[in-house]
Amino acid sequence: MPAFSVSTDPVLEVSNLCVRLGGRQVLQDISFTLNKGSVSALIGENGAGKTTLLRSILGIQPWQKGSIRVLGKTVRGQLSQIGYVPQKIAFDPYLPLRTRDLVALGQTGRHWWQGSDTAAVADALAAVQAESFAEQRVGMLSGGQQQRAVIAHALARRPRLLLLDEPLANLDFASASRLVELLGVLARKQGISVLVTAHDMNPLLPILDHLVYLVGGRAAAGNVAEVVRSDVLNRLYGYPVEVLQHRGRLLILPKNPQQGLEIPCHVHEDLDEHD
Amino acid sequence: MFSSFLLHTWIAATLLAIAAGSLGYFVVLRRSAFAAHALPLAAFPGGALASLLGFAPLWGLGGFAIIGVLFLRIFSRLGRRDVAMGLLLSSFLALGGLFLSLGREYAARVYGLLFGEVLGISSASLLPLALLVSVVLLLLLWQFPILLLESTQPELANAHAISSARIEWFFLLLLALVSAAAVPVVGTLLVFTLLVSPAAAAQRLSRRPYHAWALAILFAELLSWSSIALSYWSNWPLSFFVGIQGAALFLFSRIFARN
Repeated sequence: MPAFSVSTDPVLEVSNLCVRLGGRQVLQDISFTLNKGSVSALIGENGAGKTTLLRSILGIQPWQKGSIRVLGKTVRGQLSQIGYVPQKIAFDPYLPLRTRDLVALGQTGRHWWQGSDTAAVADALAAVQAESFAEQRVGMLSGGQQQRAVIAHALARRPRLLLLDEPLANLDFASASRLVELLGVLARKQGISVLVTAHDMNPLLPILDHLVYLVGGRAAAGNVAEVVRSDVLNRLYGYPVEVLQHRGRLLILPKNPQQGLEIPCHVHEDLDEHD
Repeated sequence: MFSSFLLHTWIAATLLAIAAGSLGYFVVLRRSAFAAHALPLAAFPGGALASLLGFAPLWGLGGFAIIGVLFLRIFSRLGRRDVAMGLLLSSFLALGGLFLSLGREYAARVYGLLFGEVLGISSASLLPLALLVSVVLLLLLWQFPILLLESTQPELANAHAISSARIEWFFLLLLALVSAAAVPVVGTLLVFTLLVSPAAAAQRLSRRPYHAWALAILFAELLSWSSIALSYWSNWPLSFFVGIQGAALFLFSRIFARN
């Protein structure tokens, strides 16, 4: 399994992580490292263990073996360095909470004598371009705007690591590509390490530095060229798969000549004739 | 209307409205109106037992409300939360009925516990009430951002190392205390109104968290003051005015809300 390049400044180090949940091995021997200012994706299907891994990094989900270190220390006490954007976000329409208030709540956990960092709130609102709806109730915003508001909430504590759980789900193409662009800017300009979970890696490819490919609780980690290869994925899936490339997009399919893939072209021609 | 006899009522109602308005804000945020109905009713057998055995009602009410919280937390863990509430309501109401039937003056006691005894407030009961209200207010003010975040988006709060279970305990225990304090004044059935309608109206009218909180306290004050005044002039029960005006308050807030 190819490891990430050794860096002097690892923001997140996960090594040999094993998590059991209700008698089931959800994560098995996961290891990867995130560097400063990089964008990484946690790719896998439903139930592959993506959310469990994020919850472990946040210290919500306990693990049995292995270690997670954030900026060289254990997660406990480093939470203020992590911003988190959960998957399902919905606010009641009449919540007495403006976008600005939600963002300010991102600094929860600061001690009262430290006061609130209003500059960080303003920067977070600007980073996601939420100034135009900063004074509106969050519950009245569109889904995409609510997501940006929550990202700003996560940025308000000036994190070094930003975790997003399926941020591209339920977004139309235009909003998705805007979000991908934003994540790239956060990583390159502000030096935040971004970790995104997704079913599909393709929308993220333009900004992706590393990826952790999860299948049934086991992972392959590295850059795209290192991981998205049939020999690596064969081992992970335990059956032969094929990587197809089309105009810079990647598609992973089971390699099974007996089924599905071997539809002769003349079948389509026959169909056309019958029409 | 402001005779020394009624003065205690005014003071008790004013104190109570501060607690009910400020805690009610979180009842509405957490969608816990059912809990706000169940816990005052859980306090009810405590009041009945106190009158049966002859100790101060506040102890009985407070004790049973806290037992109600334990009941709720334990049964919620075993099953669904709403089922736990239903079980709490029915079993504690049955217990209260038993305690009342064992004593004398059945009807008067039932009436007092369910609808409040505005005129029966002694000066000795004002000090514990004031103490309790200040504790509730200070705790809420201290934990305001954490409560606000956990009540609106528990998942975001968990990422700040805020435990949802701990917040639920904290909230329910405060609710039990306020219920115990409120039952002797407005009665079991109407604590609920004082908790829910001012806060719901305030959240409709203001979109700022602290502003809406202050507004909820103000509305709770207006609701209880106007109810006492109307009850004094009309000789109709206080609880009638609290209930009706509470609903009217929410209706008006919906009409006048612009944002």
